[in-house]
Order: sequence, then C-alpha cells, then structure tokens
Amino acid sequence: MDFSTIRNLITRYCTGEESWVDSRTVYIGHKVPPPGTEAYIPQRFPDNRVVSSKYTFWNFIPKNLFEQFRRIANFYFLIIFLVQLIIDTPTSPMTSGLPLFFVITVTAIKQGYEDWIRHKADNAVNQCPVHVIQHGKVVRKQSQKLQVGDIVQVKEDETFPCDLILLSTSREDGTCFVTTASLDGESSHKTYYAVQDTKAFNTAEEVDTLHATIECEQPQPDLYKFVGRINIYLDRDEPIARPLGSENLLLRGATLKNTEYIHAVAIYTGMETKMALNYQSKSQKRSAVEKSMNAYLIVYLGILISKALINTVLKYVWQANPNRDEPWYNQKTETERQRHVLIRAFTDFLAFMVLFNYIIPVSMYVTVEMQKFLGSYFILWDDDMFDEELGEGPLVNTSDLNEELGQVEYVFTDKTGTLTENNMELRECCVDGNVYVPHAICNGQILPGAAGMDMIDSSPGVDGKEREELFFRALCLCHTVQVKEEETVDGIKRGIHQGKSTSFYISSSPDEVALVEGMKRLGFTYLRLKDSHMEILNREDEMERFELLEVLNFDSVRRRMSVIVKSSSGEYYLFCKGADSSIFPRVVSGKVEQVRARVEHNAVEGLRTLCVAYKKLTHEEYDQTCRLLNSAKLALQDRDKKLAEAYDVIEKDFILLGATAVEDRLQDKAADTIESLHKAGMKVWVLTGDKMETAAATCYASKLFHRNTQILELTTKRTEEQSLHDVLFDLSRTVLRQHGSMTRDIFSGLSGDYQDYGLIIDGATLSAVLKPTQDVTSNGGNYKEIFLEICRNCSAVLCCRMAPLQKAQIVKLIKASKEHPITLAIGDGANDVSMILEAHVGIGIMGKEGRQAARNSDYAITKFKHLKKMLLVHGHYYYIRIAELVQYFFYKNVCFIFPQFLYQFFCGFSQQPLYDTAYLTLYNISFTSLPILLYSLMEQHINMDILKRDPSLYRDIAKNSLLRWPTFIYWTLLGVFDAMVFFFGAFFLFDNTTFTSNGQMFGNWTFGTLVFTVLVFTVTLKLALDTHYWTWINHFVIWGSLLFYVIFSLLWGGIIWPFLNYQRMYYVFMQMLSSGPAWLSIILLIIVSLLPDVVKKVLCRALCPTTTERIQRMRADRIFERVETNIRDSLLDGIQNTTEA
Amino acid sequence: MMASSYNAKDEDGHHPGSVGSGGPGAVKSKKPDNTAFKQQRLPAWQPILTAGTVLPAFFMIGLIFIPIGIGLLVTSNNIKEFEIDYTGVDMFSPCFNCSQSYSWNSTSACTCSVPFTLDQPFESNVFMYYGLSNFYQNHRRYVKSRDDSQLNGDKSSLLNPSKECEPYRTSDKKSIAPCGAIANSLFNDTLELFYIHPNGSRIAIHLVKTGIAWWTDKHVKFRNPGENNNNLSIVFQDTSKPVNWRKPVYELDPSDPDNNGFINEDFIVWMRTAALPTFRKLYRIIQKKKDNMTPTLPPGNYSLEVIYSILEKRITKMKTQIKMLRFTVFLRSVYCQIHKLPELSMLKKENILILFFQLQNLTFISKFYLLFFCNYL
Repeated sequence: MDFSTIRNLITRYCTGEESWVDSRTVYIGHKVPPPGTEAYIPQRFPDNRVVSSKYTFWNFIPKNLFEQFRRIANFYFLIIFLVQLIIDTPTSPMTSGLPLFFVITVTAIKQGYEDWIRHKADNAVNQCPVHVIQHGKVVRKQSQKLQVGDIVQVKEDETFPCDLILLSTSREDGTCFVTTASLDGESSHKTYYAVQDTKAFNTAEEVDTLHATIECEQPQPDLYKFVGRINIYLDRDEPIARPLGSENLLLRGATLKNTEYIHAVAIYTGMETKMALNYQSKSQKRSAVEKSMNAYLIVYLGILISKALINTVLKYVWQANPNRDEPWYNQKTETERQRHVLIRAFTDFLAFMVLFNYIIPVSMYVTVEMQKFLGSYFILWDDDMFDEELGEGPLVNTSDLNEELGQVEYVFTDKTGTLTENNMELRECCVDGNVYVPHAICNGQILPGAAGMDMIDSSPGVDGKEREELFFRALCLCHTVQVKEEETVDGIKRGIHQGKSTSFYISSSPDEVALVEGMKRLGFTYLRLKDSHMEILNREDEMERFELLEVLNFDSVRRRMSVIVKSSSGEYYLFCKGADSSIFPRVVSGKVEQVRARVEHNAVEGLRTLCVAYKKLTHEEYDQTCRLLNSAKLALQDRDKKLAEAYDVIEKDFILLGATAVEDRLQDKAADTIESLHKAGMKVWVLTGDKMETAAATCYASKLFHRNTQILELTTKRTEEQSLHDVLFDLSRTVLRQHGSMTRDIFSGLSGDYQDYGLIIDGATLSAVLKPTQDVTSNGGNYKEIFLEICRNCSAVLCCRMAPLQKAQIVKLIKASKEHPITLAIGDGANDVSMILEAHVGIGIMGKEGRQAARNSDYAITKFKHLKKMLLVHGHYYYIRIAELVQYFFYKNVCFIFPQFLYQFFCGFSQQPLYDTAYLTLYNISFTSLPILLYSLMEQHINMDILKRDPSLYRDIAKNSLLRWPTFIYWTLLGVFDAMVFFFGAFFLFDNTTFTSNGQMFGNWTFGTLVFTVLVFTVTLKLALDTHYWTWINHFVIWGSLLFYVIFSLLWGGIIWPFLNYQRMYYVFMQMLSSGPAWLSIILLIIVSLLPDVVKKVLCRALCPTTTERIQRMRADRIFERVETNIRDSLLDGIQNTTEA
Repeated sequence: MMASSYNAKDEDGHHPGSVGSGGPGAVKSKKPDNTAFKQQRLPAWQPILTAGTVLPAFFMIGLIFIPIGIGLLVTSNNIKEFEIDYTGVDMFSPCFNCSQSYSWNSTSACTCSVPFTLDQPFESNVFMYYGLSNFYQNHRRYVKSRDDSQLNGDKSSLLNPSKECEPYRTSDKKSIAPCGAIANSLFNDTLELFYIHPNGSRIAIHLVKTGIAWWTDKHVKFRNPGENNNNLSIVFQDTSKPVNWRKPVYELDPSDPDNNGFINEDFIVWMRTAALPTFRKLYRIIQKKKDNMTPTLPPGNYSLEVIYSILEKRITKMKTQIKMLRFTVFLRSVYCQIHKLPELSMLKKENILILFFQLQNLTFISKFYLLFFCNYL
C-alpha cells in the first residue's frame, strides 16, 4: 500500500473532518462569534513551524537507507551483496559491500549535511520572534508558535511570518507596500489593501476589539490566487461581508516596505503557506546520455547474465565426469554433497554472477554524479557569463542535464525579454491618425508645453485637441504603475526635488512604465495615487485629480486592462488599453481604419503596439457595473470565471482613441547568437504571444529570417481564404519540391543558391492543426505530420499569438516527432514556464519580468547572448566529457572482468577469482577512478575560443554521436581485445616456463597480480592517450594513481595483515617485480594492448578526419608555425642588431 | 547556494530557509574569481596523436626492442630442457607396474627407475622440476582450503583450524595439522637422480632441497608453532596428520630441523597453488661444480629413481583419470656465451640468462616488430 494514502488516512483520523471541507473559517483573535450566527467549531490547524528538513535525528538512518535503495542501481548492488553474504561465493562480501557502503555513506553524509543545514535554517525561521496582539498588548512570540487566527503586527522591513490577511496599516488609506523579491523575484513594490471596514483598527488595542471571521479556501499553491470573505460583526448586528482577494493577502516570505507597521491576521500557517506549498519537487528530466547509459547497462546486464549462464552450463557439462567434479585431492563436505543438483546449479549461477558483477560498477554512478555536480561549477564560475549590471552570474538548478546542452537540436525562444531587452521606450502615439513622437529626452527633464512633441500631421482642430488630451489622460490613468519616491529613502532630499525627477515609476509591466514615462515627456505627468485619487499634472502644470473607482486588471487571456475613474467634474470614464486584436472588436466608433493602418505599420517595424479606447459611463451604468463586479468578487467559487464574464460585459462599446507604439530593443548580440546557433545546426523557433508583424520584425532584426528567406505563412488570414487542408498541402508541396531539387542540385553540383524557408504560424491555426480531426478520410487524417514535415524543412519558424500552454504544446509536439530531437526552451517570463518545464532543457533568463522562469528552469542565465557560450562551449565540453566517461567506464570494466571469465575455463569453472579481494574492491574505487573523473572535468579537445568562433563544430557531436552503438561496440571490442592480451599474455608466460633466476615458481595469485598490473597500467594509459588537454592536474592524477597502485601493492603484500585470515598476497607483488621477465612482459603487454587503439586513431585522423580533428591539426600546425616564425624573427633581430652594431 | 543547486536534482530543491539568504548583500560575492582553473584556462600541453608524432615513438620503442630481441634469440638457442614422463600408463614404461599393481595399503613403497640419456652437457645450475597435468590446484574449493594462521604457527589455529579446511579439518576428533585439501594432497613422490658412469657404476647426484621456496614464505609466512620448542612431536601432539599422509608433518625432514614441520620447503612449494591446471614446481637444485670446468650434468646415461610413496590414492582412483593426470620431471639449465658481453657481465649471469630464456615467446613478437618497422620505414 502506498505510504501517502496511509499518511492521509492518519491525518484525517487525527485532525477530524475538516480536511473534507473546502473552505476554512478563521476567527480573528480567537474570538467566539456572536451566538446564533453559526455553530462554533474550533478547527485545528498546523502551527507555524516550517519543516523543510526531511529527516529527524531518529528516522534519518532508516528513511535515508530506504530512499537510497529505491534507486535501481543501489538496489542491484544490495542484492549482489546479500547474495554474497548468503551463499558461498568466490569473492568476499567485502568486495561489493565496501564500495556500496562507501557510496551509501557518502550520499547519506551529503544528504545528512544538507538536512542539517535545513534544520538550522528551519530553526532560525521558526524561532525568530514575531509580535502578536493578545488582549490588547503586543506580545513577543516565537514564529513557530503562531496560530491561525492570531493577530500579528509586522514592522517595516520585516518578513511576514505566515500568510496573513491585511487588517490595517499605519497609513490612513489602508494600503501597504510589499516586495515579493524572495518569492518571485519581482523587486517592485506591490500595493496591498486592507479591507475598508477594518482599516480603522489602527492600534493594538483597537485591533483587539475587532470581531470578525474570515472564510477562505483551503490553502493552494498558486501565489496569485486567493478567494475569501471577511464577516465583520459590528455592534452585534448582521455581519458585514466583504470580499477578500489576493490583494489582501500578504504572503509569507514577502517583506513589508515603506509602511511603518501593519496588523494582519494569520490564515495559513506553517506548511500550509503558499510559499511552502510552492516548494515542491519538479518532475525530473533525464538526459539523452543517461538514456544511452541505461541502454548500455541493459546490454551489460545481458552480457553478465549470459556469461554466468554459459559458465554454469559448461561447468556442469565438464563436471559430468565425477572425477572432475570431485577429484580425490579435492573433496566436498558432506553437506555440499547432499545438496540437490538444481540448488547447486542455481548457487553456482549466482556465484558466477557475483564474480562478474563488477562489469556494472557501483562507482560509475558515483563518478557520473560527481562529474555532473562538480562540472556544473564551471558554468557558475564562468566570468564571461557574469552580468555586471545585475551583479549575477548564471544559475544551475540541476546538474543532471549538463551534457544535454551539447545535444540541442531545437531552440525555442521567447521574444520579449529574451531576444529583446524588455527595456521599453515609447516611440510614438497615434491619436485618430495624428502621430506624435516624444523626442525631447533631456535627462528626464520635462520640456513643458507643445515644444516637447513633434506633430507629424497638421495640427488638429479643437475637437481633435480634446481627443488628444483625453488620450493622454487615458494613458496616465489606465495603468497599475506605482510611484516610488526617493525622499522616503533619503530624508534630506525631501522638499528639494519634490515631484520632479527623483520619483520614478515601478510596475510589473515594463510597457506601462514606458507609456507613463512617455506621457511625462508629452506633458502629462502622473504624480501619485493618493486616497484613491490619481493625480496628474497636465501641460499647464495644473493638478488634475481623478478618483480611481475600479481596476480591471490585465490578464493574458483578455490581453487588456481597464480602469474606471471619476473626474473632478463628476464624470465617469472607463479607459481601456490592450492589444489591437482585443480592442478593435469592441470598438463602436473612432477612426478605426487610420489607427489600424498605423498599428500595422508600427508592428512591421518591430514595435509593440497597444490600442487605447474609452467610454463614458452614466451614474446608473456605473452602479450596475459596480454591482456586477462586486458579486463576481464576492463569489467564493469560480471567482475567476465569473470575473472574466463580468469583464466581458463591462468592456465593450468603446470609442477608439488611438494607439501607442513602444520599442523593445534587441538584446546585445542576439542576432549574432542566433546566427551561431543556426551554424551549429540548431533550429531556432521563436514562440511569442506578440502579434505577427511585430514578431516577424524582431525575427528579421535578429537575423532569424534573412532577406532572401521565403516566408511561408500559416495564419488565420490565409486559412480564412483557403481551407487549412489546402494551405497545408500547398506549403508542403512548395517545401518538398525545393527539397527534391536540392538533392538534385547536390548531384549536379549547383547547390549554391538554394532557397531557405521561414514559417510563420499563429496560435489559432496551430490549435487547428493540432486538433485531432474528426473525419478519418484518407488525406485529412494527419495534419500534424504534414505540419512537422514543413517545419523540418524550414530553417526558422515563428509562432506568434501563442498562449503559454500552446508554447508547451509546440515543444511537446517536436519532442514527440519521430526523430525525437533534443529541445531547449529559453524564456524569461511566467508565460514561458510551461515551455521551460516541457523542453528537455529549460533555460530561464533572469530578466525584468520576475524570477519565475529562472526558478523553474534547469539553468538560468542573465542574457540571451550567454546561450552561445552555454551551448557551444560548455555543452560541447560536457558532452564529450561525459561520453568518454561512460564509454571508458564500460571499457575498463570489460578489461577488468573478461580475464576472470577466461580464467574460469582453466580452473574447472570453480568461480576462482583471478584477482585478490583488495584489487577487486579497489580497482574501481581508487586505482582507476580519479584519472577519469578529472579527465571528465578538465578535458578540452579543442580550445574554447575555437569552439566559440566555429559553431559548426557543434554538428560533430549532434545526435548523440559519441554514444551511438558502433562507438559502444568499438569500445567493448577494444576492451575484450585488451583483456585477451592481458590474460593470454600472462597465460603463455606461466604455461611452460619459470620466471625467476633461482628457479622458484609463481602461483595463481602472482598470475592474477601480473594480469592486474598490466590492466591498471593499460587502462590508465589508454585514458592518457585520449587526453587532449594535459594540465598539471591531469599529470598529477594519472601518474599519481599509477604510483598509488604500486605503493599500495607493495604495502598490501609487504606485511602479514593480522586481521586477515589469509595471507595469499604476501610478497606476491614484490616477488613479481624481482623477476625481469615479468617487467618485460608487463611493458610488452601494455604496448600490445594499446597498439590497436593508437593505430586506429592515427589512421582515422589521416584518412577521414572529422571537422574536430581537422581543427586540432590546424591548431597544432599553427603553433608549430608560430614557433618557427618566432625563431626566424629572433634570428632576424639578431642579424639586424649585429649589422647595426 | 551550491549545495542546494545540486540538491535540487535529488528530491526537493529549495528549502524555504535558504531562499531569503540571496539578498542584495550577497550580490558582491556572487562574482566569480577570475582564476585560470575556474575559467578552464589552465595552461596545458595539448598533444595530438598523428602519424607524425606516433611514428617516431614507434621507432624509439622498436629501437629499444632490437637489442632485447637479439639477446633473446641468442639465449633461447642456449636453453636446454629435458623432460621425463613417469606416469606409467604405457605398458612399456618402467613405472607401469607401480602404477598398476600398487595398492595403497601395501606397506612397502613401490620403486621404479627410468633410464635416460643426455646428449649434451647441462651447465651451470640445473633446476629439477616435477610437473603435473590436469591437476586443478586452482580450483576454488582447493585454493581456499588452508589455514594461513595455522601455518604461521598460531597455537589456537593449530588446535582449531579454520572452517575453510573442511572436509580436511579434523580426523579422529583431532584437528589436522596442516589442515586443508592443499596440504592433504602434498606431492611427495621421491625422485632421485643417478649418473651411470660408463664403467657401470651408479653415482648419486647431489640434489639440494633448500632454496626452492620463496625466502619470505619460509621465514615469515610459514612458521612452526611453539617458537623455541625444537621438539616438534610435542608441539604437534594434539593434532593428527593429514589423512593421505603416511607420516606426520614433523617428520617431513627429520634430518634438518630448519626444513621440518611447516617450514619444510617441499611443503611450502606445494602450498603455493599453481595458476593453471598444468604446472611445474621446483623440486631440487643441482649445484654447478665448484671448478667450473666440468659441466654440472655431463652427457651420458642417467637413471631417475621414483619412489611412489604418498600420492597413493591416485592409484585407486586413477583408472578413469589416468589420461588426465600426468607426472613429469624436468631438468633445465641455461648456458650461453652472452655473459661475456661487457655491459651485461656486471649483472649476475644467471639472472640475465634466465630472463632471456623466459622471453623466448616474446622473441617472435619482437622479430615481428622489427619487420613491421622495416616495412613501415
């Protein structure tokens, strides 16, 4: 039975029924509500203790062991170990027990240490003091003792100890400012509001008199969603119910800013806070290398089992003669004799398994993990990827996917903030077809009056003037921008620069800031929001005040936002701004055509366009609207849906005012990066929510599309004219004809000018393509396939008007296509998270739109341009390193175990091990572990700069080329060959001759030691041959581990070890070294076993070099030339000097 | 920060505690150090294997192997080996009688003598080996059937040997010393060598029976129990002899107390289990003559006297097994002129000679190597 269900049952049993209830009732200050209203059911909630640690002191060992043995590899080794313990096996349980113990201990220590740190952090958090109001007094409490319903006082710059509902603040208007930097990385100050009816309870005593209950939903992880209701009992009347939303909810982890203190009531505590609920594990991604490694493992498991089977069968065939089974000199014990033959055969099989089990080494997993973990530091340390502006370098959230960075075939990138700076600037606005360009930017100084703008069209009439000002006002009012005033930070400045450049705007959307700043340059300055009144300084430096009544927030589905304001003259206005596609259908009058033309023109230029519209409301209409909104806001269930419906009703019948165009500059070197990625054989897709024209412009600017790229459009515009079916077939025919002619061109040698294609598709068409078609007619069946076929032949694809989920869908589609390409998604915003999570490798950009993408990504970088180094250099290195690591590990263990297998044919299949226990145990742990680990950290087959300069090198390792089956078979065969050389080399030496000068003979342990010595040297030198980058560390490790082997062997055989019950190795190694022939044969065998690999390398390089090899060669030549020229220069200098003299 | 980034992979990545720590204060420290190691720009030697670099290396190695190869060729021609098969399967073999009729409960030993003729003199020290074929000394059950601490003179192990010795651990309720299958099957046919003088007299050749085991084995690894007690029969009084043995361990060589008991060299040699089922073990050494003028074994007629004494059980069991087990004796000496070369004469002659002989198999490879080079160049 699953543990979690049991746990659930237990918690249910313990906590009663309330976990069945969908909402919870919180009694503020634990006060019983007035009788008659509701039955008082004291509910039990967890305390505010945060437990991020996994273990306690008592359950650490069992729980950790259980978790470790859930890994299949560890479990396999455990089984082998147990088999060794139970049956009579050739090798002592130590040989597999010790490495396993080592691995388990190291992992346990690591996890224990991490857990200890977590405990410490938990304790620090849990014990930090909080101020709680009890009986009208402020009491200090430990954070962990906080209960749901407690009223908490939080002071400025303090962090909220749990999720709180804001009751009142030190400000009169009941607002407070909060940064959620540690939650989602947005450093901007957000405003939270107290419920109007409670904001008066300002002091501790007052708050204590508050009598209210809060009904809210049970905790859920979405940070931005919250629905609840507060019932306030005033004077024992009917309670007043007020809606609570996320704007009332202060999240644990956020910090109070610019507000002296607040009073709030705890509603979610401890592990139920939204922050705690959000720290849940993401699904684990596995890299392609890991997959091929697992495939190899299965092959080796097959080899292992078949080896054991072959030997078992042969053993019983050979033993058919009883004198062989039990010769007179070597008899069995009684119990052995009585054992049933099947049991004996099974035990023999297991014993062979144990004998050969080293072919799948424990240490490989450890080494791979260490390599990945340590290797990821090189990304963190990379100076080139450090961003001075942000003061941050790249982040590695998982080291599992390092090598996947070298395998990327498709790059899906977001546009805004990723390709572009997300540094917005208002370029122009268009009012009824009149274009205004704010150009006067003098260090943020506003040039007053009309001088600050340049009118392209002729001056509008009086009516036009009015419209124009309304447009500017609309932009000044329709936003959620906050003003951060410098003077609150630094008191001295107060009064000097009041209302001038010292204040700046903060918003979660950079577009809004750009618009408001642009308006400032055009003469309309948004000053502040004060007492629900927005203050604007108009061109005549007059203060205009508008009462802010409602804000209909922006969301990505509606793609617009609105505000309802009341002007000082008592008129109600609804201003709305949003994407053209969401505004135009709702417009009833205005100069739609001119504006539309301008918007399209701007979009082609690569500008972000927004349309602005308004409508006037009568008082009745406003009341109706209010009612509509309030009922939706008060709903406890489906509130979002109801809100959306309400918005839909309210936001219509607009009068179009105009449009704005904001420029989003391309990121530094974005075009260069995309070009490099193209050259490296990657396909770059841009997935954006932006409109087609804007996105296409960015694509041209970033060189994703070239001037000669033929653009194929798959958009709603086209599918309106033709059926989707026809369009798809048309396109595929175009592309395939090209493809066909291209192959012909290659034959005729005229492939010079082939057309490359770029595809543009929009969200609506995409969903039509992906929709499973109803008719199963022959040709209508599979749009998906045709679509993929088209995409495959396009060098660049642009998907615009994408919803976040559609981005993930596209990634999924490509992932599942028949080549199973490796995908990478890169983005910076919350809307890219789904795609980042879906792709093989997800990269987040730490940008302006918060940290959500970076938090959910596998790697996070600061700028798009860093992707180039990340993939072309780091990815390439990681891939070749890990590929060699995996292949080498299998190779060295074939070399290690195959002689044992051969030996069975000469020892009567008795499972006699060839090597001593110590050698069996330490081979993978210490004699051969460090060189490969360091190789896999340090290797650079080509210099970094060349990799960066020549992206086409990336194609050399594409499609997992170093871990394909032929390579794997080559390595395995090389291992078998080497093993044969070791074994038969030693065999012929032992077969018929003596070794030593005094005629004395060597035994079986010397035989094994000889084979082992050759083995260790060969395997290490093979790695040395593969090393292209010899730093002192490589030298140290390679020669050091050989030296260590020799010293260890001398020591191991040099003493009678009192704790051992056998002394088989005593002086074996030294005796061997005292024999000249042993020396010579060791050297000769090493050379013979290395020879084929050297020959293969030289021949391959000479006959069919890869690009990589050619470049290596070129570099070597260049160095040679440089040396030559240096010498020549110095000689010339010398001659000159002498002649001058 | 680092630890958690790795940790993110295993189970649960972030923990609330560490999240807050990345405040603005940490910004400065995030800047990585610009060290060569961290930037992966350590100075390095970057060799590539091309024909240009590999060929000279080949050539160098070849050059080293040329003198060795020549030396090997010369010496391998100077090795003399003589092999006598005394298994006695063949009807005409002098040992046929012994192998057929000898029954294991007969009290007297069966003796046979095998005549042979050496055509060439054996000079320098001559080593005499006995050889066995198809005797699996490397069988797992056999290899581990011994108690090293007992053999090292440990008192408690003497009376209570290791379980590994089963079924040769106890007999008659007494522990066996030395216990185990290896000791139990000790080779102890007695081999003697006579020179038949042309005048018909038989001259016994002196066979040295010490110096055949490793020095460390004899002096460190094997030790008699009861340190200073010279009377081994008292030391071993509570033990019983191995089942197949005729006499207890303390009577292996009563004449020489330094070669008796566990430190008997024949015994030690046998206890070092062979690597392969066909093996040889050093039996005796025939020292070269003092005068250095006459060869150690001059050409002529010889006779090998074999006393079938202890491996008696083989007789009863051997009917079916006879094709497998083969008993041989080898005589071997090496002699050649090469020691007169000045640079080699500094080394001990014998050492070099045997070294060269050992590599006769390798000679072929070296010749091949040379050929390869000639072709290549």
